[in-house]
Amino acid sequence: MSGNEAIARGAWEAGVAFAAGYPGTPSTEVLENLAKYKEIHAQWSTNEKVAFDEGVGAALGGARTLVTMKHVGLNVAADPFMVVPYAGTNAGFVVLVADDPGMYSSQNEQDSRYFAKIAKVPLLEPGDAAEAREMIRAAFELSERFETPVMFRTTTRLAHTRGAVETAERQEAARKPFSRKASQYAIPVYARFRRPELEKKLEALREFAESFEGNFVEEGDPKIGVVTHGIPYQYVKEVAPQATVFKLGIIYPLPERRLKEFCARFDTVFVVEESEGFIQGEMAGFGILNVVGKERFTNIGELSADLVAAGLNGTSVPADLSEDVAILPRPPVLCAGCAHRGVFSTLKKLGVLVTGDIGCYTLGCLPPFDAMHTTFCMGASIGNATGFNKAGEDQVVAVIGDSTFLHAGLPSLVSAAYNKVPTTTILLDNGTTGMTGHQEHPGTGHDLKGSPSPAVEYETLIRSLGVQHVEVVDPWDLDATEKAIKSGLAHPGPAVIIARRHCQLLPEEKAKEHTSYTVVPEECVLCEECFETGCPALVWEDDYPHIRQWECVGCAMCARLCPADAIVLASEA
Amino acid sequence: MPVTNVLIAGVGGQGAVLASELLALAAMAAGKDVKQGEFHGVAQRGGAVFSHVRFGDRVHAPMARRGDVDFLLALEKLEALRYAHFVKPGGTVIVNDHKVEPIRVGDQRPYPDDAIEFLKGKGFNVLAVQATEKAVELGNHRTANVVLLGTLAESLDIPLEVWEATLRERIPERLLSLNQRAFAAGRGLSGA
Repeated sequence: MSGNEAIARGAWEAGVAFAAGYPGTPSTEVLENLAKYKEIHAQWSTNEKVAFDEGVGAALGGARTLVTMKHVGLNVAADPFMVVPYAGTNAGFVVLVADDPGMYSSQNEQDSRYFAKIAKVPLLEPGDAAEAREMIRAAFELSERFETPVMFRTTTRLAHTRGAVETAERQEAARKPFSRKASQYAIPVYARFRRPELEKKLEALREFAESFEGNFVEEGDPKIGVVTHGIPYQYVKEVAPQATVFKLGIIYPLPERRLKEFCARFDTVFVVEESEGFIQGEMAGFGILNVVGKERFTNIGELSADLVAAGLNGTSVPADLSEDVAILPRPPVLCAGCAHRGVFSTLKKLGVLVTGDIGCYTLGCLPPFDAMHTTFCMGASIGNATGFNKAGEDQVVAVIGDSTFLHAGLPSLVSAAYNKVPTTTILLDNGTTGMTGHQEHPGTGHDLKGSPSPAVEYETLIRSLGVQHVEVVDPWDLDATEKAIKSGLAHPGPAVIIARRHCQLLPEEKAKEHTSYTVVPEECVLCEECFETGCPALVWEDDYPHIRQWECVGCAMCARLCPADAIVLASEA
Repeated sequence: MPVTNVLIAGVGGQGAVLASELLALAAMAAGKDVKQGEFHGVAQRGGAVFSHVRFGDRVHAPMARRGDVDFLLALEKLEALRYAHFVKPGGTVIVNDHKVEPIRVGDQRPYPDDAIEFLKGKGFNVLAVQATEKAVELGNHRTANVVLLGTLAESLDIPLEVWEATLRERIPERLLSLNQRAFAAGRGLSGA
């Protein structure tokens, strides 16, 4: 089982009844796996804050609840995350947050452990899939015992590593009735009274941390002491099996007395932690100063057994072979037939300023398109475009995907419509959440469990905001796409172009019979114009462009760009 | 039993992750402690993807150290070069004799066409396999990953019946026979 599957399994065993989240690598598979259990109502929510609010309601209402998100999702849910601890919870409420050290699939490298400290909630972190399954149960028990949300932190490596996991049967958790006490749950009015309670709870949690079973010491060489956590624990065991190791399971609050006792036994203790020096900083606050941590173990990127060995021994990591041979980079590319290609090819041609958003289409900023000039976070494109317009740019296009639009783009479009901003927004409607692996969303017509759902009608929705110029176009049709973007830009008010074609990797698209194109070598003038598509089906072979038939889905974009008409339907070649 | 380290590398969409999952499941079914860690980036296709599979009596880290990998299974030649520094001196590189040009970024050097010779020159035990060619012959280029897995299987201490059961368990019914043939073909290409 992967770490994510193990967490889902453990949560099911712990009697979770409700689970909500928004897709985000590396957290996505937790909710996808929870959805397989009939006892759990699992759902995709429009964004992480919505999921969190729904989770709070379910937990107060008496159902054990898990909400899932990636680190940047917690930023979106930060508002309730900081306030709800003032109230606490009724049934167990666990917030799974997956960090992405190394930024394999993220826009930043944020160490979310600090959020637990700001919100004053306990934070647990497992070290492998087997431990994750057990620890998620402990998280629910902790949540109910102290009536607090519990943050459960994972990382990409934990989430995507498979290992052997034991399983047990589900234990139903009886629904705990909600008592209507406004003095506890209506926070703005009663916050002043709840504030000291929060400190009392934290004090009790500190005491709990001293005896928590998830913290343990493995005795070894009395001269080598290591404090570590999570995945880095595995690296330490790998490269220094002889060391005496204090493995932390609760990262906030830390067991101060136990750490002091442990560190007093050694001249120097290594603190091996990934990302920032959170544990090291807390320990410094306790007055534990005989430690070596971030001085030896970088806070940039993901740690590895090699980096941990180098840090412990003061050595360096062996280099790769790029000095000896051309190891070309292999950046990700838009798939063959990807609907985004037509949009970016057109935007490049028009030369307009493009504000982008989060999704596969962020690749529009790379060659051969170079047609996206800013990208920050979910939903930012439309607001950024408004700002550029106010600063004096008159030809600005915002590009945003369907799932991202519903997640956080909609409020910005409402603002743009309300303020009559003459920018053009291109809504890339590919009928799925593409980048995270095809999750359903409110626009797809299905829910997480696969049942039919109402699908958002974008045209109606957007017109209802007061946007008068709304046009739907097929991005495989380059002429129509260009015409639509131009007329959007010419419109004196806000305009929305919906570029609609399904992701070519969706199973129903893959199952279709595709026509494919081929290059006629005798006609080819070797101008390489076709490579301007950046299509992975096009390769250079035997001194002329060649289209791999199994990849081509017949979008015809390369044929459209070929000035020599050398690219024709394979059936007619 | 010492830990066996396998690194499987390829291009997104080639099935590197499925191959490593099959290996991890087979090793687990053969009674070994297993960790399998996969590494992939943003988009579904086109980027570099790799996965470590480690098995033995007790495995901790999800990725092997540089210079500790016993077998590198590369679904593409450039990807073999990218991860060759993980292979131990004299270790085995099983490489699909197949090229997937990366998208061109700026003034890029040409694709290194001498990858296999280069790896041999580094002292690795290099096995170049026509896996994509074989897969196309069997009816689907996408099974090149399983062809290569068959080649690797000949060098591992995992009984054939465990492999067969793992394929039956993990591969959907409609694709099973194709993958069984790919696996058998790969075994035949091991030169053993």
